[in-house]
Amino acid sequence: MNSVINGPVYADIPKPAFQPGPAGTHITIRGLTKYFAGWPLYENFDLDIPKGKIVSIFGPNGCGKSTLINMISGLVPIDKGEILFDGKSLKDTKIGYVFQNYREALFPWMRTIDNIAYPLKLEGKNKNEVDRRMEELVASFDVKFDLNRYPYELSGGQQQTASIMRALAPKPEVLFLDEPFSALDFEMTLFIREKLQEVFIQTGTTMMLVSHDLEEAVYLADQVLLLTKRPTSIAEILHYNDPRPRTVATLSEANFVATKKRSLEVFQREVRR
Amino acid sequence: MTPETSSAETTAQAPWQSNDTAAYAPTQQRFDWGKALPLVGPVVLLLIWDLVVRFGLIKPILLPAPIDTLLTLINGMAGPVLLPHFWVTLERTLYAFAIATAVGMPLGIALGSNERAYRSVEFVIDFFRSTPASALIPLFLLIFGINNINKVAIAAFGAFLIVIFNCAYGVINARKQRVAAAKVMGASRWQIFKDVLFWESLQPTFVGLRSAVSMALVIVVVAEMFIGSENGLGHKIIDAQQVMNVRVMYAAIMAAGILGYALNVLFLALEKRVVHWSGR
Repeated sequence: MNSVINGPVYADIPKPAFQPGPAGTHITIRGLTKYFAGWPLYENFDLDIPKGKIVSIFGPNGCGKSTLINMISGLVPIDKGEILFDGKSLKDTKIGYVFQNYREALFPWMRTIDNIAYPLKLEGKNKNEVDRRMEELVASFDVKFDLNRYPYELSGGQQQTASIMRALAPKPEVLFLDEPFSALDFEMTLFIREKLQEVFIQTGTTMMLVSHDLEEAVYLADQVLLLTKRPTSIAEILHYNDPRPRTVATLSEANFVATKKRSLEVFQREVRR
Repeated sequence: MTPETSSAETTAQAPWQSNDTAAYAPTQQRFDWGKALPLVGPVVLLLIWDLVVRFGLIKPILLPAPIDTLLTLINGMAGPVLLPHFWVTLERTLYAFAIATAVGMPLGIALGSNERAYRSVEFVIDFFRSTPASALIPLFLLIFGINNINKVAIAAFGAFLIVIFNCAYGVINARKQRVAAAKVMGASRWQIFKDVLFWESLQPTFVGLRSAVSMALVIVVVAEMFIGSENGLGHKIIDAQQVMNVRVMYAAIMAAGILGYALNVLFLALEKRVVHWSGR
């Protein structure tokens, strides 16, 4: 029965030649296969992530949303397949990653500013370059708290802000965000969401955002990537083109409401399946 | 932290501070009984001790009055009766501890960062960690003979096993996400080791160091008692007991207790300073 429903996914294609994505593609995923405990989580999964856009990933529980960005960012090894960034491998690509659990992502033995500067030190930048970049970041994030403090002396929202600054410090080509708001209170969520939007408008960095909040997923996104239950495939990709900066008013606009409604329909269809 | 950071904060957090002082002001005026709580135990203990002796429930030849004992302790620590022994025991303990740390910490961290290597020696470490170190004294006597080195060596051995175990587990149980964070930023294996794993292991390492120094003291005192020793608190205790000089015996026991307690407090303070993020 399963095989009938998921027929197209399971179809065994003889290993195809590499098909580049459409123009403007940043990340190309081809034939991605990942097994968990003998069961396929992803099988022959293809995806194109556009450059300079925010893609929100949304899907049923356990469909491997986080696993997907973890595989792309190299944190989880893949069993088969190919992932290329502008034709380069991960090794030659600068990426940033923001974890859900900021408490266990920052290094408590370093002051906050040293945490943010850490990726630059890894790159072997000298003090002048690091200082200049820190100035830029502090200015663009309009930081109001004391970066000389240790992370554990800051509030959750401040720590997550610092995490995002750290991820952006080396000017990554892609920024991955794994449920970056779900450990924060509502006020902080709104604040950081706006910061993220500002940063995106400033830098145009390609972003992949895993979210469990549909409103947030649509609000930030250019594309909403809706996934099916496992073995995971693409249920639908919705485009949402309202101009930025988006505001509270955006939330009640027809286009936003329609995209959100459509996402919810697809999501419910997939969950019930 | 530093004066300059706090001054930077005052402008932003002015209302906070005034709230704080307002809330705590009333309690500061009264005597804080909470602070006296730790004294209750020792005072009650001394009181019971005194009453037991006063009413003759235990013969004075087995248990001298607390005042006499404390005086003997103070006089002993001020003069040749206890002080030289105290120093010798402390010296041996610290030597043993230093050797255990110098060997155990690098080895533990190295084993911890290679889990396969650790698994292959885990049984040996666990076995000797579970063997009472005092049971090995005769073996060490055979190897090192009856001398000072023997006492330090056996204490170092016991402490070493604790250090290596805690360091290795500290590295093995490092928060996976911090390692992942460093990895995703492009850190090499060596950079992950020195920037993340080492620091992550510090807290469990300090727990290990604290138990190790206690273990070293225990073994040193036991060794001083039974390995033909001429000095040390262990020697003093057994010596006083042999001639039924109970006051000195109790005083020496207390001196050993003070030494153990002081070492523990010292290491706790050191841990708080070095691993300042612990528990936050």
